[in-house]
Amino acid sequence: MHAFSYVKARTLKEATDTLLAHSEAKLLAGGMTLIPTLKARLAQPTHLIDIGGIEALKGISLKAGQLTIGAATRHVEVANSPVVKRAIPALAYLASQIGDPQVRNRGTMGGSLANNDPAADYPSAALSLNATIVTNRREIVADDFFQGLFTTALDSDEIITAVRWPVVGKSAYEKFPHPASGYAMAGAFVAHNTKGTRVAITGAGPGVFRWMEAEQALGKKMNAKALEALQLEAADLNEDMHGTKEYRANLAKVMTKRAVAKLSGK
Amino acid sequence: MAKVELTINGKNHCFEVEDRTLLVNLIRDHAQLTGTHVGCDTSQCGACTVHMNGEAIKSCTVFALQANGAQITTIEGLAKNGKLHPVQQAFTQCHALQCGFCTPGMIMSVAGLLKNNPKPTDEQIYHGLEGNLCRCTGYVNIVKAVKKSAELLATQKQSR
Repeated sequence: MHAFSYVKARTLKEATDTLLAHSEAKLLAGGMTLIPTLKARLAQPTHLIDIGGIEALKGISLKAGQLTIGAATRHVEVANSPVVKRAIPALAYLASQIGDPQVRNRGTMGGSLANNDPAADYPSAALSLNATIVTNRREIVADDFFQGLFTTALDSDEIITAVRWPVVGKSAYEKFPHPASGYAMAGAFVAHNTKGTRVAITGAGPGVFRWMEAEQALGKKMNAKALEALQLEAADLNEDMHGTKEYRANLAKVMTKRAVAKLSGK
Repeated sequence: MAKVELTINGKNHCFEVEDRTLLVNLIRDHAQLTGTHVGCDTSQCGACTVHMNGEAIKSCTVFALQANGAQITTIEGLAKNGKLHPVQQAFTQCHALQCGFCTPGMIMSVAGLLKNNPKPTDEQIYHGLEGNLCRCTGYVNIVKAVKKSAELLATQKQSR
């Protein structure tokens, strides 16, 4: 690992100031992706700004149909929170399936969203529910936030402070985890309310995306059978030693069907 | 270089470390507690699992400076007054190890799992040990040992 200076930020202002002062600084929250990246020498920041201990970035609250979760809230806290379990059970379930227990004890929601790994779990929930990503400067809806492989709408000196999740209707998440890493080979988050149905697919493509044809089919009939005739376009999907494009397209369909079955009880 | 103050197995320590020093290297090289192992060094195998403020974490994927002020428990801190911890007893009785390399991390994960869920089902045990790899046992005896641990811990609780 290359050398760097570690800076412990006590407040959001301290973090922002340090970030502005050093163009090659990086934010460290749980570090579950960043530390392995540094070990592999895939990044060489001059400074690591630890925002994991900032109290203002932590916590879970439910007000007026909005579930607000601080960016530095760890996966284990989301998975075990009675508030999340009641408000959006699929989100608590998703958090309980990330990585492994040790990773869930450290990794944070803000870190996962900011990194936007194409096989991460949280982006699918955020896109499906169209959550609002709150930063130190503005609010970004999920529709505008995710911009492909490890890319988001965040500016280099912007910090996610919280995520607001709309609590409406029903939702479900199903993934086929890679047997070693736990990352989604394909995962589907399906959300359904009076406004319509949104299906977000993770793991299969270069970034999380909505499967519009499935949304239309489910809008007519909220039943896994409605997806039977559909085929997810494989051309733009990921292909690697773990699976071909076609394999992933089929897997994404199977996961969507399972999520729909879970959501609709049939 | 920076100073880190932390508690390991109930004992206060203060070390001067490089900013990039990993917690596992502080534990092994600075505190000289070599029961915590480095297996893959890529956050996969769990051999480096210790408890930080009561929760199982992979010490190869935490910087020593992030543990400033933390309470760390390693495998060396489990036995009390020369008596093995119930999870250690169970691993011995159930023959839940062969080469033993993964065992310190495995035991720390099991202790963490049972703290949150004193009576896990088989499925919950599999899910709870997803962060630890064992290349010898095939996990059958490890799962037996988790159940045995749960029994021993329950008995210990009752007899208190």
